[in-house]
Amino acid sequence: MTTLEALKLHQRRTFLTNSCRGVGALALSSLLTPRAANGESPRGVILKPHVAPKAKRVIFMVMAGGASHLELFDNKPELKKRNGEVMPESITKGQPIAQLQNNKLICFAPQWGFKKHGKSGQEMNELFKFLPEVADDLCIVRSCKTEAINHDPAHTFMNTGSSVSGRPSMGSWLTYGIGAESADLPGFVVLTSNGRGGQNQPIASRQWSAAFLPGKHQGVQLRGKGDPVLYLTNPPGVGSDQQKDVIDAVAKLNQMQNAAVDDPEIATRIGQYELAFKMQTSVPNLMDMKDEPAKVMESYGTKGSDGSFAANCLLARRMAQKGVRFIQLYHRDWDHHGGIKDGIKLKIEEIDQPLAALVKDLKRLGMFEDTLIVLTGEFGRTPMSQGGSGRDHHMKGFSVLLAGGGIKGGVSYGATDEFGYNAEEKVFPIHDLHATMLHLLGIDHERLTYKFQGRDYRLTDVHGHVVKDILA
Amino acid sequence: MRTFLTLACALLPASTFAAEPPIDFARDVRPILSSQCFQCHGPDEKVRKAKLRLDIREDAIKAGVFVPGKPDESELIKRIHTTEPELRMPPAKSKKPPLTETQVNTLRRWIADGAKYSEHWAFTPLKRPEVPKPQAQSTNPIDAFILARLEKEGVTPLKETDRVTLIRRLSFDLTGLPPKPEDVRAFVNDKDPKAYEKLVEKLLASPHYGERMAVWWLDLVRYADSAGYHSDNPINVSPYRDYVIQSFNTNKPFDQFTTEQLAGDLLPNATLQQKIASAYNRLLQTTEEGGAQAKEYIAKYSADRVRNYGQVWLGGTIMCAECHNHKFDPYTHADFYSVAAFFADIQEPSIGNRGPGTPVPATPEQQAELKRVGDAVPAAQAKLEAAATKYIAGAKAFEDYEKWPNPTPAKKGPATVVVPADVKAILAKDPDKRTPAEVAKLVPFARDNAPSLKPDRDAVVAANKAKTDYELVLPRVLMTQSGPPRVVRILPRGNWLDDSGPIMKPNTPAFLPPLPPLAGGAGRYNRLDLAKWTTSAENPLVARAVANRLWKLFFGYGIARSLEETGVQGEQPTHPELLDWLATEYQTKWDTKQLIRLLVLSSTYRQASVETPAVRERDPMNKLFARQTRARLDAEFIRDTALSVSGLLNPQIGGASVKPYQPLGYWAALNFPVREWQKDTGDKVYRRGMYTHWQRTFPHPAMVAFDAPSREECTCDRPKSNIPQQALVLLNDPEFVEAAKAFASKTLKDGGAMDGARVMWAFERAVNRTAKPAELEVLMEVLNKHRKQFADKPEDAKKLLGVGDLAIPKDVKPEELAAWVSVCRVILNLHETITRQ
Repeated sequence: MTTLEALKLHQRRTFLTNSCRGVGALALSSLLTPRAANGESPRGVILKPHVAPKAKRVIFMVMAGGASHLELFDNKPELKKRNGEVMPESITKGQPIAQLQNNKLICFAPQWGFKKHGKSGQEMNELFKFLPEVADDLCIVRSCKTEAINHDPAHTFMNTGSSVSGRPSMGSWLTYGIGAESADLPGFVVLTSNGRGGQNQPIASRQWSAAFLPGKHQGVQLRGKGDPVLYLTNPPGVGSDQQKDVIDAVAKLNQMQNAAVDDPEIATRIGQYELAFKMQTSVPNLMDMKDEPAKVMESYGTKGSDGSFAANCLLARRMAQKGVRFIQLYHRDWDHHGGIKDGIKLKIEEIDQPLAALVKDLKRLGMFEDTLIVLTGEFGRTPMSQGGSGRDHHMKGFSVLLAGGGIKGGVSYGATDEFGYNAEEKVFPIHDLHATMLHLLGIDHERLTYKFQGRDYRLTDVHGHVVKDILA
Repeated sequence: MRTFLTLACALLPASTFAAEPPIDFARDVRPILSSQCFQCHGPDEKVRKAKLRLDIREDAIKAGVFVPGKPDESELIKRIHTTEPELRMPPAKSKKPPLTETQVNTLRRWIADGAKYSEHWAFTPLKRPEVPKPQAQSTNPIDAFILARLEKEGVTPLKETDRVTLIRRLSFDLTGLPPKPEDVRAFVNDKDPKAYEKLVEKLLASPHYGERMAVWWLDLVRYADSAGYHSDNPINVSPYRDYVIQSFNTNKPFDQFTTEQLAGDLLPNATLQQKIASAYNRLLQTTEEGGAQAKEYIAKYSADRVRNYGQVWLGGTIMCAECHNHKFDPYTHADFYSVAAFFADIQEPSIGNRGPGTPVPATPEQQAELKRVGDAVPAAQAKLEAAATKYIAGAKAFEDYEKWPNPTPAKKGPATVVVPADVKAILAKDPDKRTPAEVAKLVPFARDNAPSLKPDRDAVVAANKAKTDYELVLPRVLMTQSGPPRVVRILPRGNWLDDSGPIMKPNTPAFLPPLPPLAGGAGRYNRLDLAKWTTSAENPLVARAVANRLWKLFFGYGIARSLEETGVQGEQPTHPELLDWLATEYQTKWDTKQLIRLLVLSSTYRQASVETPAVRERDPMNKLFARQTRARLDAEFIRDTALSVSGLLNPQIGGASVKPYQPLGYWAALNFPVREWQKDTGDKVYRRGMYTHWQRTFPHPAMVAFDAPSREECTCDRPKSNIPQQALVLLNDPEFVEAAKAFASKTLKDGGAMDGARVMWAFERAVNRTAKPAELEVLMEVLNKHRKQFADKPEDAKKLLGVGDLAIPKDVKPEELAAWVSVCRVILNLHETITRQ
């Protein structure tokens, strides 16, 4: 192996002196952030942090379908008072609107009461039973806004900072920028869970695409059913030893070929086969929770990897421990065009306990301080009623919950107007969320760029401000 | 015949490179100004700082930025050097790194030389450069350009590669498939001095050539089998894909190819193929999402079309002018919407399903049959009508008419016919007293109800059903339907809610050569005008962009590396004269095969690709093309190679997209409706990768692992990643395990009698060269070990052989075959198997 290592070093040195342009840097591209066979974890392009990092990793939870801020974190007594009245035209005129096009716009009161918790008095839906226990660890931003009103482009905007397809997602940007700490798991992992209400909006794999960034930064989906990672399992009848024989033979032959043609891609490929083989063990080990104490399982309310949000929260913590950089959880079924009262109750039941458990568990392990947790929908929901029992998509104001990794606990930031329609005070666009997240990870969002189509592309496009008020 | 001077390993140290070449504005200076200054001091007046622009020489000199000949008196140099933070350029808040010493020196030397500007290479009129005359003899102009540069740099190109590598390279490049061992042997042993030329002609004439070229083109035009947004439902466009394959195979001139796609529907007497070509305009991403706003999506579609047209044909980034003037190039905000207006006539639902499209017969037989079943309907209708007219003249025609059975009895409807009141009134009259108009009214009543006319009525129903049924089995395609154009306005900041911008008529970007005047001086330009302008001799961009991309297919890199950006921010061509020469050559006849022939016949193409560390050190990105470039095969061709080597490949060209193996549940996050991949059966499972159903939101995962794009947007240059998912696919994906199974069966059948011979046979089939003894030994070791293991556990062998639809031969012991599957899996996983050298 030493010859190969030496060869790799030489080939890499040669390459790094000349890596002017990432895209199309054929043949040698995979050495940009080498992930060597010897267990070395992959590096990113930012070798020295731009600012002192507070967080090492992110757990990003998407309440997919568009969670209602008005039934989660944004209490609007005035909206309650005006229930059934026509929304003032001064607010709604000329505004983008989704399914309520050509409908009368009627105020719809928050369907549940709110309670304040903790020393900070964090306000949330009265149905939350577990989350109040960690209220003072949470930062709730109530003034977020986005630029897309339909699910598909809104997810794309949330993930890539643009609703035009074809830009890298934030997890890809992050691993491109600072690599990952895990040697045998991907740096960017995606998990999805469905709800019980049957409002499961589709989610495209574009949401975890690396787009024009090198393919290794693509998010890898972990699945509850079948192979946890696509093609992870050996072919039937092939034992682990035999698989190893095949991989070893491939490596030996590749090395012989390398001696003849001296191709740095061969060294990389040998490393990738070793990593793939390791993943064949590390991923099942990750998914198999039998090493978790019963108490921990109970605290999340899960019995094991069953594709539920609770299981995924625990898996997220396990991945955080193993150095996965960006862990993204999609929890579906929040698209409450109707039946929002009962619907929200179901959803809160699904997320309340595991979310609180995750915060407490990370604290127990001393990882809360350097794990950034974000929870948001792709947009919010209208203060106006849809069909008398639901709410439509809404992009002008909604709430985001942040915690851990450099976030100040017990903070409420920003506000929507008295109807919960427009983010009005300390407006927090998605680009600011991205800029702030990157800042916490030690990255200046204006300096994490990739040249494509002649342009230095960024996650924050040409926008974004770090919101210092919510930083610890 | 090799024409290069070939000195083995004549690797000269870097210091012998020609000393400091003269400064060239376009090559050396503009990239610095563009990346460091133009963002605030460039073409976009909305963000321009201090009313200063540096992209126009007169303006910059007037403002004192440069004093030609006097770098030290130039404000530019002072501002770069100053230590005062408020004055320093670029300012700290731009986050741009300070200029390097080399960059500053370049600027100083350029100012000292007189600060001369030149136009950006891609925007200047295309002129045919003279072919240089290097000392080394060359018959191919490409080599002349390459050699002239190499001689200047003091670098010697590599020798022609060995014949095995050459035929393998050429086969992959021209057909996307590896050569068959017998073809390799024939070529290696061909003593004819024209052996290589013959091979080129043979491969260019292969029907697989069109498939290979289509893979390139379909990435550009973002061809896919699904709509893209949200529910991502299927769309019918595969006849367009087949049109592309056929166009390459018949070597359709590129200008015609362009016109047919952009405006085939507008051509006078458009043929069916030309209408199918116009499906290009329907390939964009569309939505069916509930609650989508029509106006927003009309704007999205409009922008999508401009982005794609600008990338595919103009090779640049007009898309950056959607919200404002381009920051670096002369594209204006108005240009974006003028180009958008060309496409405003395309009729389509703004929100909702695209519909099934138009049935298109694929063969003359289908065409004849479609006509036959189509003509049968009016014929049957006419016959019924005639029968009814004749019927009412009968004396007893309406006797007992009230007792006629109801011809279309509903569940709770009456058993007898429902007689409209007016008919009843007419029938109550004496037949002789009925007016002709009244008599005429009786015809439809009789036609629809008279019991004796039932056979004729049934015939109409049957004819209609036959037509509908037949149309269902025909391929369908979303063609372009032209109609009254939508109003296109300039959208301020790209905001679709803002109607304050002026209305734009179709026009081409103002800085490029204009369209010819409209006939009669009035009216409106259309897509046909755009298409003709696109490939007109005056257009400086298109031939350059396309020639550059074609070069990339055969040399691994573009002459200008940024295939997606011909603009100021793109990379300068390494060989500008060569690129212009190729572009003019191409533009004369738009003969794609001829251009490719020229490329692959060059000695530059035929060089070895072997790199030593010294070569890599000197020119890591192969900017001199003093060697060939190695590259992993594209996703489709990796699948094709496994299928071809194993003998599974179904070589059918064209047809509906197919569904080979795909992991269950991969589509779990799709909805409206919830779907599961329905795997095809039979030999559809073994079609080439390019025919695999392309689902934009979830493209086939084995293809994604090897960098196949989602085809949501134009892809000019696929990245070539090297990631663990690739190993997992080649090791574990049933399609590759089954290929190994077929490969093993074939090896046992055709590979000779002895183990060693068989291993050698299989190895050669995959990589086209003979295995060395050490390589043979590695494979023999796997064979013997696994042979013993599977013999001990025959049930494991059976499990492994159960992968895939393919039945295993009955005359082979499962445990023996399984051991050979292991050997074949190793071979299919080799780096060499999936690499073009």
